[in-house]
Amino acid sequence: MILTILTTAVDSIADQEVIDRIPSGYSNFVIPFVVGMVFILIYLLVGFIRILNHIPWEDKKKFLISLITPATILKNIKDIIFDCLLHVKIWKRKPLLGYMHSSIAFGWFMLIVLGHIEVALFVPKHFGSISEGALFYPIFYRFFVWVNPAHETLRSNLLFFLMDFFLLYVLSGIALAMFKRIKSIALGMKHTTKPSLPDRIALYCLWLIFPLRLLAESFTADLSGGSFLTVPMNFLFKNFFGNSLNFMPTWWAYSIVLGLFFVAMPFSRYMHIVTEVLLILFRNAGLKVRKPRKGLAEAEIYACSSCGLCLDACPMNIQKKNLKYSSVYFIRFLRRHNTKKINEIAQKCLMCGKCYALCPVSVDSPAIRQAQRATFNNCLPYDYGYLAKAADTGLANNYGDDGGKQPEVMYFAGCMSHLVPVIIESMKKIFKEAGIDYVFADEDGGICCGRPLLLAGRTEAAGEVMESNKKMIEDSGCKFLVLSCPICYKVFNEEYNLKGIKIIHHTQLIDRLIDTGRLEVTKSDGSFVYHDPCDLGRGSGIYEEPRHILSGIGELKKASKERDESICCGGSLGSLTLDYKDRGEITQGSIESLLAEKPREIATACPLCFKTFGDKAPVPVKDIAQIVCEHLAQKQEDKIYSEPGIPIAPEKESFAR
Amino acid sequence: MTDFGYSINTSSRMNLDDFDKESFDKLAEMEPDVRKCMACGSCTASCTAGKFHETSLRSAILALQNGQEGKAIDFLKGCMLCGKCTMVCPRGINTRHLILSILKVYGTK
Repeated sequence: MILTILTTAVDSIADQEVIDRIPSGYSNFVIPFVVGMVFILIYLLVGFIRILNHIPWEDKKKFLISLITPATILKNIKDIIFDCLLHVKIWKRKPLLGYMHSSIAFGWFMLIVLGHIEVALFVPKHFGSISEGALFYPIFYRFFVWVNPAHETLRSNLLFFLMDFFLLYVLSGIALAMFKRIKSIALGMKHTTKPSLPDRIALYCLWLIFPLRLLAESFTADLSGGSFLTVPMNFLFKNFFGNSLNFMPTWWAYSIVLGLFFVAMPFSRYMHIVTEVLLILFRNAGLKVRKPRKGLAEAEIYACSSCGLCLDACPMNIQKKNLKYSSVYFIRFLRRHNTKKINEIAQKCLMCGKCYALCPVSVDSPAIRQAQRATFNNCLPYDYGYLAKAADTGLANNYGDDGGKQPEVMYFAGCMSHLVPVIIESMKKIFKEAGIDYVFADEDGGICCGRPLLLAGRTEAAGEVMESNKKMIEDSGCKFLVLSCPICYKVFNEEYNLKGIKIIHHTQLIDRLIDTGRLEVTKSDGSFVYHDPCDLGRGSGIYEEPRHILSGIGELKKASKERDESICCGGSLGSLTLDYKDRGEITQGSIESLLAEKPREIATACPLCFKTFGDKAPVPVKDIAQIVCEHLAQKQEDKIYSEPGIPIAPEKESFAR
Repeated sequence: MTDFGYSINTSSRMNLDDFDKESFDKLAEMEPDVRKCMACGSCTASCTAGKFHETSLRSAILALQNGQEGKAIDFLKGCMLCGKCTMVCPRGINTRHLILSILKVYGTK
């Protein structure tokens, strides 16, 4: 009887590819890892509940709905794979840095997934019920199993190979990361962040985890199997040391380093590993930052990987003394609740949005800054009693007495354009040339669009200004609102919610007019470089139209940094405390970048950039409308347009965006 | 009352002893540019809000130096921070931050 049981047992063992070397699946060395793991899981759970608690109910509802909307689910999955695992955003700009980061993130992820697959395939009983011995789940699989040499299979060998392959992949990333600490410029970073103490602890643990894993798995490779990396190392060690006594200490060290990493994680920048996932979910649900430190903002703060890519991005950092005002340090002080520093940095920023555009995690630090400014500026006194009168008188004068059909097009120049009359004159000429009937909303002085107030954190005051403008525009019955100032364009688009009215920047209008033949320009031998204004390019995504117009007039040259990497002109209304001298430095840097290919003229599409560059650039600075006016073709006859509105092809119903 | 065709204005006399040095120093610490102003009036001339309501940074600074804090705040209450004054200031004063600082020091009490 006993004999038969024994023989069947031996038979079944011989059938298995992998056998539990330690059947209980437990050894003391796992304690540090388990402690760390339990700590981080509890911390994450509490943190998640805290963040959810601080999110207002309507946002919570939005978030929950997004979790069951199929389109958002797909986008979430796509974003998590592309951003968290593969780091496509870094790859696109700095391939070596992208490789470094994705090798660690994706490699580690694959090691974990493959490890679980191994458990599921080879020791499935640990997945089962506790009575079958599933109390201990062999995370450290290679320690607890023994590979049956008599029963080697292709699938186990394939997994061994994959595990070694991904371990090598991670190790190559770690090697690059170590090299980056010594010489960051080699990986494309001029400046890199100064790590804080918890950052350092977690960093060194992270560096150690994978070499220790390699050692540990090599020491057990003769028992638990291995592949091209671990087996030769095992052979070397065995012959070198002559015994397997180093077996236990390395597994202990590996477990301790892992545990220490998990314990240090919440206090270090490595919280971004998990928080980024939450941030992606929040962002795709359409949540907006409301408070500077709670709710969504907290997710943004902890999602910051402190990588320091924003250091090179920030236009202020043309002067080294301004490095401390970068987003990465802003976020760090927010984490530490250092209000004095937070306020100082929040007020300095130009709000050009470049750090946000270049951030691999897309931490919306400009929005947090704006919310922070509101905490101390929203309470300042204001009195806009004159707004009602302003809205009335401003428009009434411009409608004239003809009493005919009201024009469908409204032109709103904006405060800044009134400082640059050439833009307004050019636009008037263009409207006339194209035969567009329009009403000039603020010819006789209008009120501000409200964005400067919003940027200063004076949300309530801005609300009043915007309400007044909105009423004026909606009452006019116009269908199109043409703007010359990107600052106005952004705020009209994002905050006004004008129903049935198309908001167009003049570059879009001119491009459309040229395309439809309503405006004719002559090609000249001039050459231009186009400066992307922050609020038009990064802020509103208009990059193509201005370039299209310019390339039809002359040669379009490139700036050394352009499109979403364009450098702020330095005149931005975003900064509250940056002084005249520092702004001048930024302007110089921006001009240098623009003149990289020696263009004859600098073209821009923003009155503020125009003014800022105007005094300092060694070549003429012109607005696109002005350039178009200078190159208008002589018309053969006076054309009469049957439709005095804006020509829009049906298929191009909406302007870009 | 008999209408004589003219009236007596309220006195525009100011008391320079009302000048609050402590607050002004605090303001100058927040925004040192306040001491740079030469009262040219470019800011007032270009002001967007000034078209509809008496808004003037130049007058506000003068009022502060004359100890008329309430008047200074009135000159700035209508400001929409559009930034035109910053662009035209020949002294390169950070006018927007100066306005915010004045409102902060004298406006919230």
